[in-house]
Amino acid sequence: MSQQMSVSRPFLRRGWRAWFQVRGRHVGYIAFALNRLTGLGLVLYLILHLMVLSLLTRGPNAWDAFVRLAKSPLFLLLDGILLFGILFHGLNGVRVVLVSMGIGVRRHKELFWALMGLAALLLLGGVWGMWHV
Amino acid sequence: MAEKHVRFRVFRYKQGDPAPHYDTFTVTVNERTTVLEALQAIRRDQDGTLVLRHSCHHASCGTCGMRVNGREVLACVTNVWELDTPVVTVEPLQNAPLVSDLVVDMGPFYQTFTQAHLPLVRESEYLPESQVAEGVPFHMRFESCIECGLCVSACPVVASDPDYLGPATLAAVWRVVQEPRGEDADARIAWVDSEQGCWRCHVAMECSEVCPSNVDPGGSIMALRRELTRRALGIGRS
Repeated sequence: MSQQMSVSRPFLRRGWRAWFQVRGRHVGYIAFALNRLTGLGLVLYLILHLMVLSLLTRGPNAWDAFVRLAKSPLFLLLDGILLFGILFHGLNGVRVVLVSMGIGVRRHKELFWALMGLAALLLLGGVWGMWHV
Repeated sequence: MAEKHVRFRVFRYKQGDPAPHYDTFTVTVNERTTVLEALQAIRRDQDGTLVLRHSCHHASCGTCGMRVNGREVLACVTNVWELDTPVVTVEPLQNAPLVSDLVVDMGPFYQTFTQAHLPLVRESEYLPESQVAEGVPFHMRFESCIECGLCVSACPVVASDPDYLGPATLAAVWRVVQEPRGEDADARIAWVDSEQGCWRCHVAMECSEVCPSNVDPGGSIMALRRELTRRALGIGRS
């Protein structure tokens, strides 16, 4: 009797974990993984942002206390990470839209690095502004 | 010719096993040894139960697709020496039912792929008795896809969405749209104009990176999107 006939075959589908398995992959795949990661981060930020805004319902003291916290170096570092997420997600999205319209399909890697160069400039400007303005 | 010992960490699974595991084998390789030859040496000299699939040995049949060090390749044209790693990890393709060791069931892949209705199916190229037509300098492939499934294994969207048509099928549909030869191109393009069709792709483009036959499935998917956009906007043919 074949015992094997009753055994279901495993399906080598890694699901969402495959999104982040970037070892040996190329820049498009890494951009895809970072896009997912920053997308999830931005959703989390949106929830936190709404929670923070709800402090307004508790009066000026609660809000002022949060504003003092928001000016601390640790919070500014988190703001920098947030800005990176926004810039990466937005500008990689521009690449996806352009390539989907048939623009730069064969040059999508160069397009990615050009947009990331722009993101780096904007990030540096933004971080400088956060610390000095 | 120079030789060295390389350790191969090979994915193992037999029907009925509770879970897959890895076995390690040491193989003497030279500068020309391919991964497929090393696996055949393991099967011949060390473990006759190792199951793998191959045929042509020259990147034409597409049957020896597998993952080597995490990347989809044809084992027959992957040089071990050039990998330059002390341990070579060999695993079966992803996103397909596992049959045994390095062999997956390609049935689901073909089930979807054949729905593209490619009119030109490569059967016999470079036959010794074939005649080259006057004015044609040499025979060339009509269709480049060798149906190896590497693109489907590499695609992160296929990994999380089993209903996605996948890069190979979408590339085949684009070929039908380009050159219908009696096939209903409009029906095919309507088929892929869906959530699980060409709009499901997230432009990772790894399919085009791993394709051993320069089909550029990612580029084909973008071409389908451009064509659908053009039709929706009613603007001239691109």
